[in-house]
Amino acid sequence: MSSKLLLNSKEIDIILHRLACQLIENHNDFSNTVLIGLQPRGIFLAKRLKEILVNEHKIKDLQLGLLDITFYRDDFRRRQEPLEATNTEIPFLIEDKNVILIDDVLFSGRSIRAGLSAIQDFGRPNLVELLVLIDRRFSRHLPIQPNYRGRQVDAINKEKVKVCWKETHKKDAVYLEQNIK
Amino acid sequence: MKQLSVDHLLGIKYLNKNDIDLIFETANHFKEVINRPIKKVPSLRDITIANLFFENSTRTKLSFEIAEKRLSADILNFSAGQSSVKKGETLIDTVNNILSMKVDIVVMRHANVGAGVFLAKHVNAKIINAGDGTHEHPTQALLDSYSIKEKLGTVKGKKIVIVGDILHSRVALSNIFALQLQGAQVKVCGPTTLIPKYITSLGVEVETNLKKALEWCDVANVLRVQHERMDIKYFPSTREYTQLFGINQEILDNLDKKIVIMHPGPINRGVEITSDVADSKQSIILNQVENGVAIRMAVIYLLAQQIKR
Repeated sequence: MSSKLLLNSKEIDIILHRLACQLIENHNDFSNTVLIGLQPRGIFLAKRLKEILVNEHKIKDLQLGLLDITFYRDDFRRRQEPLEATNTEIPFLIEDKNVILIDDVLFSGRSIRAGLSAIQDFGRPNLVELLVLIDRRFSRHLPIQPNYRGRQVDAINKEKVKVCWKETHKKDAVYLEQNIK
Repeated sequence: MKQLSVDHLLGIKYLNKNDIDLIFETANHFKEVINRPIKKVPSLRDITIANLFFENSTRTKLSFEIAEKRLSADILNFSAGQSSVKKGETLIDTVNNILSMKVDIVVMRHANVGAGVFLAKHVNAKIINAGDGTHEHPTQALLDSYSIKEKLGTVKGKKIVIVGDILHSRVALSNIFALQLQGAQVKVCGPTTLIPKYITSLGVEVETNLKKALEWCDVANVLRVQHERMDIKYFPSTREYTQLFGINQEILDNLDKKIVIMHPGPINRGVEITSDVADSKQSIILNQVENGVAIRMAVIYLLAQQIKR
């Protein structure tokens, strides 16, 4: 397995700050906007963005929910490995809210499709936007594009983008991994 | 990645501790789902489930049905009373006819012990036992343990007494297996005529004095006297049974601790339990019903996951 560093922790930090500013441009004081991190890996990005928005940009009462999409996936019983569910924590209603869906990597778009279905079960949002750290171009199975992207990456299907967060891997980094057989 | 070690849910005795943990963990997620504004997920859209109830049921049937609907499965309901079983059709013929309609999972209640095991050997579908005679009722035992865990934090090390008609109860046997697997201590309490002769071989102690049993336990699971299964008289009168084994508020108030009261339903108010106890804060009877839906969703979901197209 070979691995190439795509983003180091400093670059990730700059990107996160830029994404936070882009969100503020469109959502001002977030009075009618909520953040929803997709489980399991999108939640770290969502929490980090919330930290920046609250601590550095003094956004008050910013609401963050965590959404598990396991039961909405379209590959249930079609994959070798069983799916494992994680927690959903959305302690507020989404009715008429502007929702920013947050995930780490946008690849086929199927997770986001599942997320869009899942979000409907918490009410009818006024608007849904998508924010991703890594957008893998040319690999989409569905017509889904992000509104906010950290970095666009061209990778072939054999390659895997691995996002590491200091909460789970001790440091922030993004790698492009390739299986050599 | 986790999955169940069994292909069917025929009884608790075929499960291991990891299976129970996985079912409980999955049920936690489904409990969150059924408390949402829209209580439904699309996971089982292409799964068809037949609910075959060869014996009467209200709670279990409704609970399975709502669990299946919450998972978006298609459902066939079948009650023996209105069917060709009355015309002499065999179990395998009935089920194979239903399976020809492309059914993936069969939920079955049957008066004969081992009916689920028999079916699992002969038909090509996932079988969930919803009660087979006086043998096992695995989903009830799972929801009972889950409710104890929810109320007391853990099942391990807790003392549970099962009170009442143990002889005719499939709930008792499944509960004994499930509780012991999770490290609880189990006693049974009831008239000696209603306690199976070899129950102690399961590692269960017998107590015929209700007060002593209640003083010992953390949780009392109270069972109904199953008159419909009794071919002879097992105790002189219902009044005497109530005097010796009925739980009322006075007995509970005289204990030096607050124990948890459970009942799998249907309740005979004033016989095995009085109304004030059944409706008291110590009772978690309605929590059991709510948890039943989450547990059944978890079991169905985990078994459906094994079906490959």
